[in-house]
Amino acid sequence: MTVQQVVFIIISAFTLLSAVIVVTDRNLFRSAIALMASFLGVAGLYILLDAGFLAVAQIIVYIGAISILIIFAIMMTRRMMQTVESPFNPRPISGAIAAVGVCALLIFIAVSTWPDVEAANVSDIVLRGSVSQMGRFLVSPDAYVIPFEVASVLLLAALIGAVAIARPEKDS
Amino acid sequence: MSFDVIDFLESLFKLTVADYLRQVFGVPEWIIDVVQIFILATFLLLNVLILIWLERKLISRFQDRIGPNRVGGRYGLLQSVADALKMLTKEFITPSGADRIAYNLAPFIIVVSALLMWAVIPFAPGVVGTDLNVGLFYILAVSSISVVALLLAGWGSNNKYALLGAFRSVAQLVSYEVPMVLALLIPIMLAGSMSLQRIVYAQEVWYILVVPLSAIIFLISALAELGRTPFDLLEAESEIVAGYHIEYSGMKWGMFMMSEFINAFFMSALFTTIYLGGWRGPGAVEYPLLGLVYFSIKTFLILFVLIWIRGTFPRVRIDQLLNFNWKFLVPITLVLIMAVALIVKLLPDDVSSWVLAAVLFMANLAIGLGALEIFRRSAHRQRQAVEAARNPGTAPVAGTSPEAHSAPASAH
Amino acid sequence: MLSDWQFILLFSVIALVFPGAPILIAQLINPKKPNPIKQSTYECGVETVGDTWIQFKVQYYIFALVFVVFDVEAVFLFPIAAAFNQLALFAVMEIILFVVILLVALGYVWRKGALEWF
Repeated sequence: MTVQQVVFIIISAFTLLSAVIVVTDRNLFRSAIALMASFLGVAGLYILLDAGFLAVAQIIVYIGAISILIIFAIMMTRRMMQTVESPFNPRPISGAIAAVGVCALLIFIAVSTWPDVEAANVSDIVLRGSVSQMGRFLVSPDAYVIPFEVASVLLLAALIGAVAIARPEKDS
Repeated sequence: MSFDVIDFLESLFKLTVADYLRQVFGVPEWIIDVVQIFILATFLLLNVLILIWLERKLISRFQDRIGPNRVGGRYGLLQSVADALKMLTKEFITPSGADRIAYNLAPFIIVVSALLMWAVIPFAPGVVGTDLNVGLFYILAVSSISVVALLLAGWGSNNKYALLGAFRSVAQLVSYEVPMVLALLIPIMLAGSMSLQRIVYAQEVWYILVVPLSAIIFLISALAELGRTPFDLLEAESEIVAGYHIEYSGMKWGMFMMSEFINAFFMSALFTTIYLGGWRGPGAVEYPLLGLVYFSIKTFLILFVLIWIRGTFPRVRIDQLLNFNWKFLVPITLVLIMAVALIVKLLPDDVSSWVLAAVLFMANLAIGLGALEIFRRSAHRQRQAVEAARNPGTAPVAGTSPEAHSAPASAH
Repeated sequence: MLSDWQFILLFSVIALVFPGAPILIAQLINPKKPNPIKQSTYECGVETVGDTWIQFKVQYYIFALVFVVFDVEAVFLFPIAAAFNQLALFAVMEIILFVVILLVALGYVWRKGALEWF
């Protein structure tokens, strides 16, 4: 049992536990906090996979921006402290069928490909994990510049849409 | 090798103690790391006491009074120690209905995140906790986590004023994170790396001379991130009482104060590292101890500037604060990024760094003055519109008029 | 590279001690005299009337929203800035296009009056 494995087990347990709390807790605010905790766990997993930049980006965007947005949205649509709801689905039968179906699919995929999987032939450039490499790919015309520019248009669209919906009414 | 006192003292002087211990005793890496962390964190916590005393003395001098002068001699040197001891003996009054976990977790998270940021600051050539290749990005991530601690504190107190104060705090912090992040892009562009040690190495010319506008924008956003005057409306006596930490007493409240001072010191250190060349100075590379000395001097200088600003400017209202951020700082920072990127690429590659510095300095000056001019004109037009609405039929007054109180402080 | 992060992990574990110690010491030596009046939530000196409920302004949500957009923009710009020394002039044009589109977004939100704090 190397140290890395122990750390992996601890981080995964933490993430899964928080995820369970997100789904089952009655208090919406507490599940939002648990959501932040699970994002933190995922960031830890990224670090274990040697993706430092991605881990930090995860914390900045998910924990620092999106979770706050979620909490504000909760506060806006519920009375302040009255955030208690029933966590259980009113249609348990269809829910159970869907859950079992997805689980079976994932197990099938894992079992059928696991014995043949070997370490991917990753080129040295990728393994050295350079951030400037990523930067170069983001703007080079034969790599990812189109998705990069499309992303900005997507952000523009998201902002316009959200402001159109959430804009404060012009006071009469 | 056997232990030799002279060699040990020499390694202390050259700041290579870790290597020396490893050679002599074969100490495993992680134990050395643990000792380093303990030294750093203890120093930071003790430093808070010094900072509190320093701030009180300086503010009182700015306000033409003496400040603490009883406890510990003529200069009140032990005043913060006395305050800390007093805080230790105060009762923990937990409000009824408070969420135990959130309420108690918040002070921990906020102090831990304040301390964690220090892991990537280079204090001297070769002396850095860990030189992450995403160092600057990591710092932003950790400050996002401290925002979460605020929400936990506000919600865990089961007090609607605390919650409201927490939301306002979060709105302020989150808004000013944008110009800070964008302004930090410029030194990264110039240095070609997010690693703080590389940014220090790349500063043949200190970046404050190359991109002063970026430094100013960073300083203003740092003031807002720290919740210091002129952006400290959440701590003001006349505002929503004490904001998110209203239900905390004794040492738990002390944790919030401590995190505030550690953060203030950190922002000074970060400003020094990015804009003032960190540990750079004559002879710093040969004698690392000198590097440490330069770093400390510069950091305390910037801290003095922060305290000076506190003693000088009036407080800003929350709508002024948010307007200033989104309608002035963010556009100007985005324009600055584009301008710097363009200039750096348009100049030929082999131009000397001083020439590049001069050109960028001029560009910064131009953008800054241009933005101020645009802002002044639009404020003038707004004032005229208000005048016309108030006195219909009177011709609008042309020419200069005294700056209206609604213009933000830094526009002067 | 993983060893860099090991330091951070060690740091975060040890850093838990530093707020823990003063709070623990305080817990040991401070008086404990709970009574219901002391523990009632603070409301400027008067009793709490009604549920803990206040009007949550939509402005908070809008500012968080605009922040999300600019945060994601910054996350894109960071690696590009780190690679800046190795990029051609053409890349600068792409950066400018990206930033201009987001300036347009900011301008739109400004025009629609969503940046006012009532």
